[in-house]
Amino acid sequence: MADVVLEMRGITKRFSGVTALDGVDLSVEDDEIHALVGENGAGKSTLMNVLSGVFPHSEYEGQILFQGQEVSFNDIKDSERVGIVIIHQELALIPHLSIAENIFLGNEQASSGVINWNRTVSRSHELLKKVGLDEHPNTLVRNIGVGKQQLVEIAKALAKDVKLLILDEPTAALNDEESNRLLDLLEDLKSHGVTSILISHKLNEVERISDRITVIRDGKNVETLTRGRDAFHEDRIIKGMVGREITDRWPERDHEIGDEVFRVEDWTVYHPQQEHRRVVNNVNFFIRRGEVVGFAGLMGAGRTEIAMSLFGKSYGQKHSGRIFKNGEEIELRDVADSIDKGVAYVSEDRKTYGLVLIQDVKNNISLANLKRVANGGVLNSNEEIVQTEAYRKRLSVRSRGLDQVVQTLSGGNQQKVVLSKWLMAEPEVLLLDEPTRGIDVGAKYEIYTIINKLAAEGKGILMISSEMPELLGMCDRIYVVNGGEIAGVLTREEASQESIMKTIMTHQKQLVKE
Amino acid sequence: MNQLVSYFRNNIRQNGMVMALVLIMVLFQLTTGGILFRPMNVNNLVLQNSYVLILATGMLLVIITGRIDLSVGSVVAFVGAVSAVMMVDWNVPVGVTIVAALLIGAAVGAFHGYLIAYMKIPMFITTLGGMLIWRGLTMVILKGQTKAPFDESFQAIAAGYLPGRDIRIGSFNTIALVFGLILSAIFVVLLLRSRKDKVKYGFEVPPGWIEALRIGFIVLAVNLLTFSLADYNGIPIVLILLLGLVTFYTFLTQNTIFGRHIYALGGNAKAAKLSGVKTERVLFMVYMNNGLMAALAGLVVAGRLNAATPKAGTMFELDAIASCFIGGASATGGVGTVIGAIVGGLVMGVLNNGMSIMGVSVDWQQTIKGVVLLIAVFFDVITKNKGQNA
Repeated sequence: MADVVLEMRGITKRFSGVTALDGVDLSVEDDEIHALVGENGAGKSTLMNVLSGVFPHSEYEGQILFQGQEVSFNDIKDSERVGIVIIHQELALIPHLSIAENIFLGNEQASSGVINWNRTVSRSHELLKKVGLDEHPNTLVRNIGVGKQQLVEIAKALAKDVKLLILDEPTAALNDEESNRLLDLLEDLKSHGVTSILISHKLNEVERISDRITVIRDGKNVETLTRGRDAFHEDRIIKGMVGREITDRWPERDHEIGDEVFRVEDWTVYHPQQEHRRVVNNVNFFIRRGEVVGFAGLMGAGRTEIAMSLFGKSYGQKHSGRIFKNGEEIELRDVADSIDKGVAYVSEDRKTYGLVLIQDVKNNISLANLKRVANGGVLNSNEEIVQTEAYRKRLSVRSRGLDQVVQTLSGGNQQKVVLSKWLMAEPEVLLLDEPTRGIDVGAKYEIYTIINKLAAEGKGILMISSEMPELLGMCDRIYVVNGGEIAGVLTREEASQESIMKTIMTHQKQLVKE
Repeated sequence: MNQLVSYFRNNIRQNGMVMALVLIMVLFQLTTGGILFRPMNVNNLVLQNSYVLILATGMLLVIITGRIDLSVGSVVAFVGAVSAVMMVDWNVPVGVTIVAALLIGAAVGAFHGYLIAYMKIPMFITTLGGMLIWRGLTMVILKGQTKAPFDESFQAIAAGYLPGRDIRIGSFNTIALVFGLILSAIFVVLLLRSRKDKVKYGFEVPPGWIEALRIGFIVLAVNLLTFSLADYNGIPIVLILLLGLVTFYTFLTQNTIFGRHIYALGGNAKAAKLSGVKTERVLFMVYMNNGLMAALAGLVVAGRLNAATPKAGTMFELDAIASCFIGGASATGGVGTVIGAIVGGLVMGVLNNGMSIMGVSVDWQQTIKGVVLLIAVFFDVITKNKGQNA
């Protein structure tokens, strides 16, 4: 048995009251590829941020041993010094600099502050050869594709004498060929003494390449599978990731489902900058009155893009397809038009897209509904107070009053302010994007209750969520979205975490074949 | 007394600035040996600062969106030059010239607004380009020379007074006194009506005596001003113009959908857009409006100098921007009031005027104005940090 290179013991990390990691252990052996898998929000990235020093030593509990020594990092530099390098999902390269400059960024080949460009280029050559990238070091990073950029990131890590390489979803943005090359490289690095931790949703890759797999769920260890000793295939891994009784509770609701209220046919949208890249591909779905419909899928599946492109073309370009409301075809030209026609969208990122943080509760609630409290463009501020207060009470927003600045509210209450805004618009169709992200359990329950009430009033609700138990608990039907397409639809009875995962994986294989 | 304290605490920034203004006034009244509040000087204060206050009003809307406009000083000169050519060389009637000048200003603003809002060219570059273009064209049009004189009716915008200068009670102009009383009456009626409205809706209103104190303070200030002006030439026409603008833009920013959209755009453009605010259009309108205001200021400047000169309006953009920041606007957008910008402009104006009377050299005046700007913004940052901790 090889030596243990990394040992994390009892790691516990809390974010203002929410426990993200609860006594997680992770043990990585020398010269292995160790996969870390789990659902979105299970705590994988948090664990790696603890390891790489993004969260300083004082902010978590537990012990980290690296090469037999106890270590405590205060920032990324500390962890890089001992040879732990993390490559994040969003690449940290600077597009306007050359490959060589990027490789040695923060690690410049210099003597007393003066850069030696010849050494920079020649060492870059060596590193690029190691990772199998045939590009000149002076090429600008923006001129090479994402797959090659990923290799530059790895070269950058090698330049720092990496011993333990952490890759967070390295193949998420790559095509199959590029992915294969990357995986081959990891195996090659392994034979040269670089240990890797791989975080990935692509379980076929995990199955192919890793020596051991650690599964975490809800911030806790589930199990560690070893190749050759345990069953080591996708179905087994999925079971570990999701296999549990649903213990969360969902408020009861009358499922009185009426006529169809919203239908989308052949909806296709292209990327806002890359005009040939299809982001939403031929999407068809419908929502009935009183129905809560779910969009399940992995991160980057295209769920947000579908919802935002429908909401007044807020995302993408070259929209095509048809939208029907109550059986009549409509066009949603822009956001204001969409609001007027009774279709509202609640963004997944309330701080960036939902709220004007420096304004008070009243102004935030009324922002999308000023016409309702105005006469020919002139506001009736008293009427505004009365109406916004009604929604503040109805959703029990806990604030000092209407004039508290929303910045100072808790996440759950901020979300209720956003919901108040959209309820005041009285939509018939409500597109909710991750409505419970980043809020505590109690507030979640309140949000579920509100959603149920809205459904009971006869609104059609689309709920996008990355938390599968939430979708299973709340939805009457679940569309599974993958690669910007509808991969399948499951009824409440058919839907389970396994069936959703299977639908995704099957569709993924089809996409690869095409 | 507690109520008074809490009232002041809730409006600390605005009241703080007004108090600072009063303090500066009292200070200069003492150091200039009473010259500051002499009727002639009060009259001069109004005339000297009118165009900066007009510019500050327009600039404030731009600053609320989180941007600035560096071109206004040049637009002031350009509009002055064009009007001078029209009136002096082509003998175009005054009325037609004024309308044309305002349209040109709006067109210039629309040009900037189009580039910034729809073409996404950074505002700093667009308005810097505008600053050079309109200054350059001014020199081209004037061939580097001063063009004068203008018709008296044109000068009246900047230097004229309400008619009836000889109707006097003692040494005081009756029209000015009546004007002050009417203004006070309008103010009291509006305030009481809004209070009654609030009571009708069942909202909490500040206790009557605080309201009375507020009314008393403002009525006193208004009548002191008109009293002083009455002792000189009466009410300057530009003061009426200014009052009209302040009233209109305060209403626009505080009481209309458009105004609310400006604040939302400045506070969080993405969220505003996803709430149905047509952010590009709002931004375009704000820049167009600023061009219009610059044109208005350009007319006032030309009228006051009774000439169009290539150097008119130099650095005015900076005075306007400083006024807004001293008056509590935030450089990151979403915060600021018209009244604040006016108070900020007055602080700068009184500083200028007071120091000039005292014989402080121009070099030191600049320095002191810079320090005041920094102190005001420093105060802002401190109180904001405190607010976040609370």
